[in-house]
Amino acid sequence: MLTHEQIEKNVGWMIVLTVLLVSVAGLVEIVPLFFQTSTTKPLNELVKPYDPVRLAGRDIYIREGCYNCHSQMIRPFRAETERYGHYSVAGEFVYDHPFQWGSKRTGPDLARVGGRYSDQWHKIHLLNPRDVVPESNMPAYYWLDRPLKDPHIGAKMEALRKVGVPYKDDEIAGAAKAIEGKTELEAVVAYLQGLGLALKQTR
Amino acid sequence: MDFKNTSDFVSGFWNMYVVVLALASIIGCGVFLLIQDRAKSNAGQTTGHVWDETLEEYSNPLPNWWRWMFYITVAFALVYVTLYPGLGNFGGKFGWTMRGQYEDEMKQADAKYGPLFDKYAKMDVAAVAADPQAKEMGQRLFLTYCAQCHGSDAGGATSFPSLKDNDWLWGGTPEKIKETITGGRTAVMTPKGTKPDMDGEQVKDVVHYVRSLSGLSADSIRVQRGKDLYPQACAACHGPEAKGNPDAGYPNLTDKVWLYSSREDSMIETVTKGRQNQMPAFGEFLGPAKVHLLTAYVWGLGGGVKGEAKPAAVPAAEQAGMSGMGGMSGMTADKK
Repeated sequence: MLTHEQIEKNVGWMIVLTVLLVSVAGLVEIVPLFFQTSTTKPLNELVKPYDPVRLAGRDIYIREGCYNCHSQMIRPFRAETERYGHYSVAGEFVYDHPFQWGSKRTGPDLARVGGRYSDQWHKIHLLNPRDVVPESNMPAYYWLDRPLKDPHIGAKMEALRKVGVPYKDDEIAGAAKAIEGKTELEAVVAYLQGLGLALKQTR
Repeated sequence: MDFKNTSDFVSGFWNMYVVVLALASIIGCGVFLLIQDRAKSNAGQTTGHVWDETLEEYSNPLPNWWRWMFYITVAFALVYVTLYPGLGNFGGKFGWTMRGQYEDEMKQADAKYGPLFDKYAKMDVAAVAADPQAKEMGQRLFLTYCAQCHGSDAGGATSFPSLKDNDWLWGGTPEKIKETITGGRTAVMTPKGTKPDMDGEQVKDVVHYVRSLSGLSADSIRVQRGKDLYPQACAACHGPEAKGNPDAGYPNLTDKVWLYSSREDSMIETVTKGRQNQMPAFGEFLGPAKVHLLTAYVWGLGGGVKGEAKPAAVPAAEQAGMSGMGGMSGMTADKK
């Protein structure tokens, strides 16, 4: 049997046993999630892979660091569901790689922002939030109104397909064309307007 | 989808996997503690290591308070996984779920605030608007759901109408306001109205004519030319008198209220490119009781037009589910 002294004085044993010990929680709490229906299958037929424009918008969302201030997960508390709508469930995010749940809420949660505002509002608000919400402390993203250039959009979809997003070949082939002529602003708005539509308030 | 299960593994293996690993690690900790306890104690002796010439380490056993805390931790873990979900499909003796806790919270709020909402839902809009508590509730709701576009003072902003004046794009009666909140509105002005062949000069003429209607500064020659263009280009929607049509959301051009600014360049842009605007529908999200309170709040802001006031039509079936609509207005109730 290994003694305390042997473990302490042998760096090999030390590494192996430390790794084993710290991985138990991950093995019990994380690995089984990969084998649950509710976490791996889309919630319903409304949960669809992002189309190319929304995907590009999502990448801009990530590029601009929106997640630094906005979460995308409504917790099951009344205070949250009253304001934002039905609480989030895992099956809504199966095509999000990586997901944008976050936990920092300098701004409001965006998990169900889709349809809450008009496209027009989003455009004005992104370019200068204070034009519509004078009290807002969100930065102005005034540069977004420029042509969307994403030469790798097809490759991105290809990569997402490898991790399980069911894009079809013709969707990938048509991706570059689909985002042609769009502005970054339009792409972000399209992304935001699609968020959280899969689960309606059920009252 | 069934939210009730705490887990829905694709095979029974994963249930066992969680149970075995979790229990083995908890019990393993206990067994390890026991073994350490039974080991020969070298109290008072050093481990034999010497650092920095004189620094040595005693080989004493753990102090008792510390040792017992470890045992308590192990016991706590075992009790916890018996009572609460933690072992695969086993939901725990208490049957606690996050969903259940949420639903309890909602039920409590229903019991507390439901009667309040019911009371106002049965009153007509004018009466609700006159009630100070309903007004406070309405304001809370407004600040939560409406202020982002219409402003916290309901004064609106460019392309988002003010709700304080008595100018209504879609009508200001309680019925119309409720219809707007419930179903949303979509308005489109086509580029160059009904005369798509207008050139830049003609657009400017029409703009000057429209400016003259509400007493804005305008070039009198352009006004004359614009007056001739107006019937073909604009009258179909805005009407021959330019009074608009609130049934279809066509704005009145003769008042001093401008959704997109009364500056000449903005007006030229409006006529040249057209406009598209939308108010999203809130009926499904908010439910009839909140919509009723909001209607009364907006109607009571000062610009409300008298209509056939009647109580909110809340079907009995929906009344049951209407509960839990306290929202932020709950705080109002608490203060009272």
